[in-house]
Amino acid sequence: MNRNWLGGTLGWLWLIVVLLPIYFVLITSFKSMAAYFGSNPVVPALPPVIENFIAVLEADFGMYLLNSVVVAVGTVVPLVIMAFMASYSIVRGSRRVFNPVRNLFLLGLAIPVQATIVPIYLLIIRMHMYDSLAALMLPAIAFGLPLSILIIANSLRDVPKELFEAMDIDGCTEWQKMWRLALPMTRPALVTVAVYQALLSWNGFLFPLILTQSPDKRTLPLALWSFQGEYATNIPVVMAAVTLSSIPIVVLYAVGRRYLVSGMTAGAGK
Amino acid sequence: MATTTTELSSPPRDGASPAPARAAKERTQLPHVLFALPALVMFGVFALLPLLGVIALSFTTWNGIGAIEFTGLTSWKEVLSRSSTWNGLALVVLMVVATWLTQTPLSILLGAFLAGPQRYRNVLAVLYFLPLLLSSAAIAITYKSLLDPNFGLASGLNMDVFALNWLGDTTLVWYVVLFVIAWQFIPFHTLIYQGAVRQIPQSMYEAAQIDGAGRVRQFFSITLPQLKYTMITSSTLMVVGALTYFDLIFVLTQGGPGVATRILPLDMYLTGFRGNEMGVASGLAMMLVVLGLGLALGVQRLGGKDASASQMEGA
Repeated sequence: MNRNWLGGTLGWLWLIVVLLPIYFVLITSFKSMAAYFGSNPVVPALPPVIENFIAVLEADFGMYLLNSVVVAVGTVVPLVIMAFMASYSIVRGSRRVFNPVRNLFLLGLAIPVQATIVPIYLLIIRMHMYDSLAALMLPAIAFGLPLSILIIANSLRDVPKELFEAMDIDGCTEWQKMWRLALPMTRPALVTVAVYQALLSWNGFLFPLILTQSPDKRTLPLALWSFQGEYATNIPVVMAAVTLSSIPIVVLYAVGRRYLVSGMTAGAGK
Repeated sequence: MATTTTELSSPPRDGASPAPARAAKERTQLPHVLFALPALVMFGVFALLPLLGVIALSFTTWNGIGAIEFTGLTSWKEVLSRSSTWNGLALVVLMVVATWLTQTPLSILLGAFLAGPQRYRNVLAVLYFLPLLLSSAAIAITYKSLLDPNFGLASGLNMDVFALNWLGDTTLVWYVVLFVIAWQFIPFHTLIYQGAVRQIPQSMYEAAQIDGAGRVRQFFSITLPQLKYTMITSSTLMVVGALTYFDLIFVLTQGGPGVATRILPLDMYLTGFRGNEMGVASGLAMMLVVLGLGLALGVQRLGGKDASASQMEGA
């Protein structure tokens, strides 16, 4: 019998630890100010009110949401394409030529992004891109490459060599082999990478803080932070903002979860 | 890189050509070089160039706006003489050690638990993952409200323990920061371990059972040794990650109270972007890079030579 008392107890305890704050956010976001000050914080107030959500939506939430979507898509799409093509070369190209390339990207895993913000700030200013959404995408693509290439190359390595040889016999070019064979065969890994990088982009805080300035360029986490400053005393509204900003990514996760988890664990288990 | 350039200069002929493969072997690398080029350029310009930029800027006293002049070791003297540098360095090292010590055992236990066959564990795994979806800003804001002595958990659960001045006390604040970070990242490492435990051959456990080994013995004799490479992966991500817990601490405590949670990355941000001392900030950034590379290599080293070879293999 599989009896793991310590793990089991710990597992359920941790579930409470994980869910309690999320529960608090949800119930608080449906409370009026009076209920927030007057009621027990862990008991939902009845009836629930939606005025907090209306307040958040009226505070340009739509614009911040759109900014976040633009930045996430503008980061993830080029990132996945570039990482896929580079992975193809690293796995299918000559070892002598591409081993150094692979090692270069591996090195990237050990560089803390934070450490490079000053030169990135300088670079973005010099490129006349300060305070634009594009400024948020470029460094995010660069720093997303190492892990993405690691995961995609791992999956590409599992494609049987015979399939490539069969395409060679048919006279296919590398370009055709890459898109017609490698791409469909590595789709789960590509989805993994896309979902994970979308998550990172969605939650990114540092680049928006440093590389943008105007309120209309804010992405959700930054908007949340400044919102909290403005509404410091109206916690229910702030909690509604936290809830709303999390919904899109929870939905994305619900859709892509299977790929995300399997891809992540496959990459890590090796 | 030298080899890639010579390849580029050779005439473009790709795999479609019926020429004998051996003669064309080196030339056929051209399409591969072209495929890798966008990623290389992107990585070169926005990751490697900034890395070199950090070194260069640390020898300037750039204020973030004016001209950049090289001033030798001026910024470095400042970096090394400020007490906040050493405070930040000590705090970030403390952060790395405490993070590893708290998160690794819990993640392994939870991962081993979640790797079991029961259906409800899949539901658990979904719920466990939720904190990872939330932004650090959202998490920090949530915990700030939760820990509010008047309207947070303290009044709801009616427990004195929550009524402490969690974010205002220089010692207590560390428990809060470590806890919130564990809350956010244990799910990630748990999932990694869950996947790894599932890959351990069941026959090993069956053999152990026949030999009369109990659950605990099985865990220490089979599960843990089999997780060695996973521990290296997880630990590398964890310790390098611990250097980058900037946003959470920035929103949660602003480095306070006083300088109690002003860890190195935060000190770098405040020095550079609030204090307009980009040269000094770059010096601090270099310390972070060295620390990151050192920690990553150190973890690989601790895992043994074959371990790092297997990690490379995976790339």
